[in-house]
Formats: sequence, structure tokens, C-alpha cells
Amino acid sequence: MSPDLIKLIFGRLSIESLPLHEPIVVGTFVVVALGGITLLGGLTYFRVWGYLWREWFTTVDHKRIGIMYMILGIVMLLRGFADALMMRGQQMLAFNGSEGYLNAHHYDQVFTAHGVIMIFFVAMPLVTGLMNYVVPLQIGARDVSFPFLNNFSFWMTVGGAVLVMASLFIGEFARTGWLAYPPLSNIGYSPDVGVDYYIWALQVAGVGTTLSGINLICTIVKLRAPGMTMMRMPVFTWTSLCTNVLIVASFPVLTVVLALLSLDRYVGTNFFTNDFGGSPMMYVNLIWIWGHPEVYILVLPAFGIFSEVTSTFSGKRLFGYTSMVYATVVITILSYLVWLHHFFTMGSGASVNSFFGITTMIISIPTGAKMFNWLFTMYRGRIRFELPMMWTIAFMLTFVIGGMTGVLLAVPPADFVLHNSLFLIAHFHNVIIGGVVFGAFAGITYWFPKAFGFKLDPFWGKMSFWFWVTGFYLAFMPLYVLGLMGVTRRLRVFDDPSLQIWFVIAAIGAGLVFLGILSMLMQFAVSFLKREQLKDVTGDPWDARTLEWATSSPPPAYNFAFTPVVHDNDAWWDMKKRGYQRPLTGFKPIHMPSNTGTGIILAGFATAMGFGLIWYIWWLAAASFIAMLAVGIGHTFNYHRDFNIPADEVVRTEDARTQLLAGAKS
Amino acid sequence: MTIAVKPTQTGEPLFYLADEHPHPEGYSTSLGFWIYLMSDCLIFAILFATFGVLGGNYAAGPAPKDLFDLSLVAVNTSMLLLSSITYGFAMLTMQQNRIGQTQMWLAITGLFGAAFIGIELTEFAHMIHEGATPQRSAFLSAFFTLVGTHGLHVTCGLIWLVTLMVQVWKFGLIEANRRRLMCLSMFWHFLDVVWIGVFTFVYLLGVLR
Amino acid sequence: MNTDTHATAADHHHHDDHAHGTLSTYLLGFVLSVVLTAIPFWLVMSGALPSKQITALVIMAFAVVQIVVHMIYFLHMNTTSENGWSMMALIFTIVMVVIALSGSLWVMNHLNSNMMPVHEMGGMK
Repeated sequence: MSPDLIKLIFGRLSIESLPLHEPIVVGTFVVVALGGITLLGGLTYFRVWGYLWREWFTTVDHKRIGIMYMILGIVMLLRGFADALMMRGQQMLAFNGSEGYLNAHHYDQVFTAHGVIMIFFVAMPLVTGLMNYVVPLQIGARDVSFPFLNNFSFWMTVGGAVLVMASLFIGEFARTGWLAYPPLSNIGYSPDVGVDYYIWALQVAGVGTTLSGINLICTIVKLRAPGMTMMRMPVFTWTSLCTNVLIVASFPVLTVVLALLSLDRYVGTNFFTNDFGGSPMMYVNLIWIWGHPEVYILVLPAFGIFSEVTSTFSGKRLFGYTSMVYATVVITILSYLVWLHHFFTMGSGASVNSFFGITTMIISIPTGAKMFNWLFTMYRGRIRFELPMMWTIAFMLTFVIGGMTGVLLAVPPADFVLHNSLFLIAHFHNVIIGGVVFGAFAGITYWFPKAFGFKLDPFWGKMSFWFWVTGFYLAFMPLYVLGLMGVTRRLRVFDDPSLQIWFVIAAIGAGLVFLGILSMLMQFAVSFLKREQLKDVTGDPWDARTLEWATSSPPPAYNFAFTPVVHDNDAWWDMKKRGYQRPLTGFKPIHMPSNTGTGIILAGFATAMGFGLIWYIWWLAAASFIAMLAVGIGHTFNYHRDFNIPADEVVRTEDARTQLLAGAKS
Repeated sequence: MTIAVKPTQTGEPLFYLADEHPHPEGYSTSLGFWIYLMSDCLIFAILFATFGVLGGNYAAGPAPKDLFDLSLVAVNTSMLLLSSITYGFAMLTMQQNRIGQTQMWLAITGLFGAAFIGIELTEFAHMIHEGATPQRSAFLSAFFTLVGTHGLHVTCGLIWLVTLMVQVWKFGLIEANRRRLMCLSMFWHFLDVVWIGVFTFVYLLGVLR
Repeated sequence: MNTDTHATAADHHHHDDHAHGTLSTYLLGFVLSVVLTAIPFWLVMSGALPSKQITALVIMAFAVVQIVVHMIYFLHMNTTSENGWSMMALIFTIVMVVIALSGSLWVMNHLNSNMMPVHEMGGMK
């Protein structure tokens, strides 16, 4: 074949694009491939493909989509954490003239991939998954406002994750750091596919995130059970609402910034170039207009989880509900006014820096108010130290430290010293792990029995907890020290041997966290094996307070046989206290949306289009785009998207639960 | 929803709806679509911000004064304005269930929209022919992207419009189609609002500069 | 059956309150926007006002008024549709737009004036 034809068919993809010269990558590939083949073979052998396709991939049930988000987040956590271990190992070894074991080309990809994966494909899916699962149940709804869109959003997120994972074995990932600042990310300095992988992975996933944000806002605004006024919504629903408002208001900014960067790279425009009037500083400015709200997108739902957990396990109504809601709303607005604190050192001058420094410090006030609300909720409560509560207490201690170092960094003169140092790295891991990750784990252990009908095994849970917490402190406290000594981030080799001990401690900490992750996987396995012992038949294993505990565990497809009516903030607590009797008769058919494969097909084409654009395979990009358009328009010609669950099926389901409950009482 | 649910006659509070009606189909659609438009609005806001920051960086290339033909822009603006009022007529006839007239007004709207796109493309072609390409300067990059994104939205609107005309023709003015026409109406008028920003801040202020 | 429950359920059905225009409101909106478009074009093309600053301020004011006109007459914005949520979303978006626009201009203006040599500032205002 002529080279022109090959170029037409494969773009810039060739045999040389495969990283065969990188033994670590090849080794990983072998392991992943073997694992993948085993998994696929197993699925085929047990003939579960049809079941997976019908019941899971095409599902529009918010509960199943939520669970799939969680699985995606945990799988990607393994990848992102593998990157973290590699970095810790490299930095521990690369002293006294040693180059470590990662070359610069690979190391730069590792730290970029770590950041991108942890934020976009671990934290976001975990948070979105919990919101997807819990919010409709908490507000007494049957599903989200746009169930099909929900499925589509999920698969777009998966599409982005697939592109990031593909970059490991086909070509390379960006070597720019997780925000891909130009001019480094411009075509002149990063001519390879790495940045293009970055751009298209985030664009594909970003569409999903924005749409799921719109979906959840509508769900919360329109589908609340009768009686549930805004000020009677559970706090988790409130924080979810604010988070999704932030998503809808900030992800378009990311979309535009990345679109402009891709125009610079593909078309040769001059937005962020050094020539022809372009301004790389504008990129930094714009991406942080998205970037700062993003951290609140992650942490607000975690705050909601902690609120639910604290009041449940203290056996008390949440202290200061109203102030909690107002604090959340204030944080939502303020999170838009602080973005410049990420680039104090770029030189905006005293007036601009002091404005943004002050707004940043102000954010700590509502956050502090929340902290006191949780403390006062615990005060004089009968606290049960179950796993979710343990994570919450670990959060409160850890997050306060992270918050205080954050306020330190908010002081512009201090930031001039600490900017881009390991102090900053320690700070944001301190708030993201202490806040978001601990929050997600609290949420997982708290709602797991609701989703699957049995509790998680406490022994392995506690193992995971202690490994994580001690590992976290060992891994990141040394980074504060190093940062204060002036060590900057993203370094591959070091000259000063006196620093090594701190990196060794940090690596040990990372190892402990690794044990924590293994314990968590172990916990899932053990709990599954012991599911009969850990079974929850009541639907309310924690003696909790909000509506999701009013239905069975796991809830039926329709969530509630009858739409609940709410009289109190803690609706389910109120129902229990006032002797609510579960209805046993009078069931009616229930109107539900039907499953559809359109979402996964559309997302598949979008991913293929991204792949085509990354490798300059223009025919693939164009064909996928046209296919996407055709399938999308074709889908609008289908006017029958729902069905009724017949009344006798509802009766069967509810009778089964009645028997279970009777068995539990006897 | 502010519904006061009173206790039943026996004094027992009511904890569930024994006799409920499901939300009608498309219950959340207009709010959802409106929120989507708001997010789109932010996309344009960032493009405007980019134009505002980079719009003066001509890099010794052509400036707005050398490029913009205001009378052409005025013609183009009138195309969009006319399409807005004709879409309004389509909505009015839809409410009166006059399917033929609805289709006619939709078609006229589409023609005005297509004329708008045509004029815009001519303008772009003319500028590129004169060497004022998107690559020439940050000002031109920002200009083409902002105006082009608006044009792209109008193009999407046109594709949607044709799809909807086919659907109205095949299935009539059923509830689902009315809802879709209403969403497209919001989309179309929203693009009009964005265009007000474009002609004021890009063209008129550009020529003044 | 409880009457209140019926009221509650029935309430769900009456949310199709997205305001519709009438022929006269559409025509009024159209005439207003034609006028509000024509004047700024005329001001700039004829140079009727003495200074550029005044012209700029006037046409920006016209743009704001015209946006409001479109919102009311074409997009049928009011404070009651969707229980006020549409208006809430709009106001929130306007706040965000103002923050992002003015913030970016302010920040970038300072960055440019601090980080660039004194010459070559022609375009940046």
C-alpha cells in the first residue's frame, strides 16, 4: 500500500505508536490483557452478556446507573492509585545520582494521568454515582427526570475513561500536568497525541457530566414527594442540588477552554499561543474559572454524606439544618469568586490578588460553620461508632488540617513562597482525600446495605479504615515539610540527599494506603460471601432518618409502591415515630420508563469519534459523527419510551417484602 | 411544590398517596431545556470574555474597521429577527391546531435561518479571501470562533427544525411534538438574544474602536 | 379517599404553565426589537453622536434593553413559570456571566499591564 493510503486509513497511528520500548507499560498490558481475557471469557462462559446488556447496559434505572458509576470509579481508582505508587517509588529512589526507574517521558505521563484520572474518573463517578443512587430515593421519586439521558451521561463518562485507558497502550498520554497549560500543551511543544487524548477524553466525559447535572437539578426541583418543601429536603439532597448547579454553571467553561485549545492545535488559531496576539495566561484564567468550582462540586456531596451519617449515628436531628443549607448555598456562590488564588504568582498585582485572597479566606467561614454543626449534632448524642461514622470522624480531623493549610495558602505573600511546592500538593490531597474520598467511603459503607440488601463486613472495613487513615498521614505530612523546605512538585530526580528520608516515609504511607485499598476489595468479597449473615431485611439497618430507608433493601425497580408524603425534615424518622403502617393493599400499575440501548450506542460513536480525532483518522471521526447524528435523530422518532409495571407484579414484590419483614420480627 | 397535607378525618397523618397520578410525560422538559440553555449561555459568555480579552490583539493584521461591512451585518440581523417573528407565528398557529400553517411558518423560519447562515458564510469567505483568516491574529481567532459558534448553533437549529417538520408531518401536532416545538422555540429565540450581544459587542463596538 | 390528596395529585397536572404569547405581544416585541436594532446601527454608521465613548455606552444600553425585550416577548420570561425556577436559573446565570466576563477582563487587564513591557499596549483598553 502506498504511504498516502496508509495515512488516509490510519492517520498518524502506526506500529511505532505502541509503546513496545517501555517494559513497564508492556508488563502492565500483559497483565491487563490476561485479566481482561479472563473476565470476558468468564462472562461468555457463564452466558451473562445478554443479562448484562438487557438489565444493566441499557438500563434507565437510576439505581443501577448509580451502581455502575461506583464500579467505574473504583476500577479507575486502581489505575489512578497505581500511578501514585509509581510516583512515590520514583521519588523515593531518585537520589544520589540515581535516575530512579521511570524515564522523564514516562514519569511526566504518570503524574498527568494520575491527576486527570483521580479527579475526572474516580472522584466524579463516585460522587455522581452516590447522587444518582440516593437522591431520587431521598426525595421519594420513582426515577430521575430524564432516565434515558441518565444512561447516556453514564456511558459518555465511560467513553472518556476508555480514551484515557487507551492512551496507556496506544500512543501516550499528555506530559503537561493535569490542566495542560499552554504553551506547553500547544502543538509546537506537544506535537504528539498525548494532549489530544487529554482533550477528547475530557470533552466526551464532560458532555456526560453536564447532562447529568441538568438531569439531577430537574429531578430535585420537580420530582420531590408531596410535602417536601425546599427547607424539608435532606441535606444530602441540598448539597447535591448545589453541586449540580455548579456542574451546569462550570463545565461549559471547561468545554470552551478545551475547544479553544483544540482549535489552536488542530486549526492553528492563536488563542493561547505566544505569537500573533495569543495569550497563554488567558487559558490559565479560564480553566480555573471551571477548576475552582470543580473542587466544590466534589466536596459538597461529601459534606451532605457526612451530615446524613452524623445525624443517623448520633441518633439526633441534624444540628442547625437551616444554617447548613445557607452555608452550602453561600459556598456555591463564593466558589465562583476565588479562581485567581490558583495563580497569584502570575502577576495580576496587589489589588487583584488581595480581592481573591480575601474571598478565599471568606469561604472558610461557612465551611467552619458546617464543622461546628456536625460537632453539635454529635454533642450529647448516643454515637454509634459504625464504619460510616468512623470515616466521618476521620474526615473532620483531616479536613480541618487541610482547611487550615488552605487558608494559609490563601494569603498571597505566603502563596508566593509556597506556590507549586509540595506544600500545595499536601494541602489539596489533604482536603480531597480527607473530604471527598473519605466521604465517598462513608457513603459507600452507609448506603451499601440499601443497594444490595446486606451490610459490608466490619472487620475488613476497619482494616481498610486504619490503613487508609495512617497511610494518608504518613504519605502527606512529609510533603508539608518538604514543601516548606522549598521542594517543588512534579520533580523526577533530586540532588539533596537530606530530603530522601521524607520521600521514604511518604512512600511507606502510600504502601499503607495500598493495603487500605486491598482491604476494601477484600471487604467487598468477604461481605458477598457472608451476605446471609450480614443480611438486612428491614430496609432500615442503621435506624436512619431519611426516606430512602423507608423502602426495601434493595429497593424495587419502582422505588416506592406509593409515593410517600412528607411532614418533616427527617421524613422516615417522623413516619417511624408516628406509627406509620406500611400499606399492604390497593396497589396500582406503575408507570416506568423502558430500557434503551441508544445511550451506549451514541457514547460508543462519540468515543470512536474522539479516537479518530486524536489519531487524525478523519474518515473515522466523520463517519462516527454522522452515525451519532443519525442514531440521535432516529431516537427522537421513537415516541413510546415507557411501560406500566402491572399491579399484580407490584403486589408480588410487596407481598414478598411483607413476608420478609414478618420473618425479621419473629 | 408547596402542598399542605392535612391529616385525615381520623387524625392519622397521611404518609402516602393511595391514589396518585404519574407525572405527565415531559413534566420536567421545559425546565430541563431552560437549564440547558443557561449552560449554553455560559459557553457564549466565555467566548465573549475571550473576545473581550483578545479582541484588540490584531498582531499588525487587519482590524474590525478594515473588515466589517455593517450594512451586510444589518441585513443579516434582520434575517434573524424576521425568523424570530415567523417562529412566533408558527407557535401561535400551533396553539390553534392549524397544522398546515404551522408547517408553513416553520418552513419560512427555516428559510430565514438558512439565509442568515448563507450571508454569514459569504462574509467569512470574503474575509478569508482577503487574508483575514482565523490564524492571522488572536482577534481573528476569537472573532471567527465566537461568530462561528453562533452560526453552528443556528445550523443545529435548522437540522432540528427540519427533523421536527418531518415529525409533525408524520405524527401530527401531538403533545410530544408540541413540547418539542416549544423547546426549539426557546432555542431559536435564545440564539437571537446571543446575536444581540454579537452585533453590539463584536461588530458595532469593533467598528467604533 | 381524601380530597386533599386529589388536590395534590391534580396539582401535578397543572404545571404546563409555560406562558404563551399572543399575536399582539409577538408583534409588539418584533417592532420594539426592530427599533432597538436600527438605532444602534444608525448611530454607528452615521456617527451621529459626537464622541465614541458616548456612542459605545448608548449602543450597549440599547443592547441590554433589547435583550430584556426578547426575554419578555419572545422567551416569555416571567416570575411565575415553573414556580419561579426559570427566573431563578436566569438570575443565577446572569450573575455567573457577569462574574466570568468582568472577572476575566479585570484579571487579564492587570496581568497584561503588569507583565508586558510598556510599549505595544495599543489594543488593550
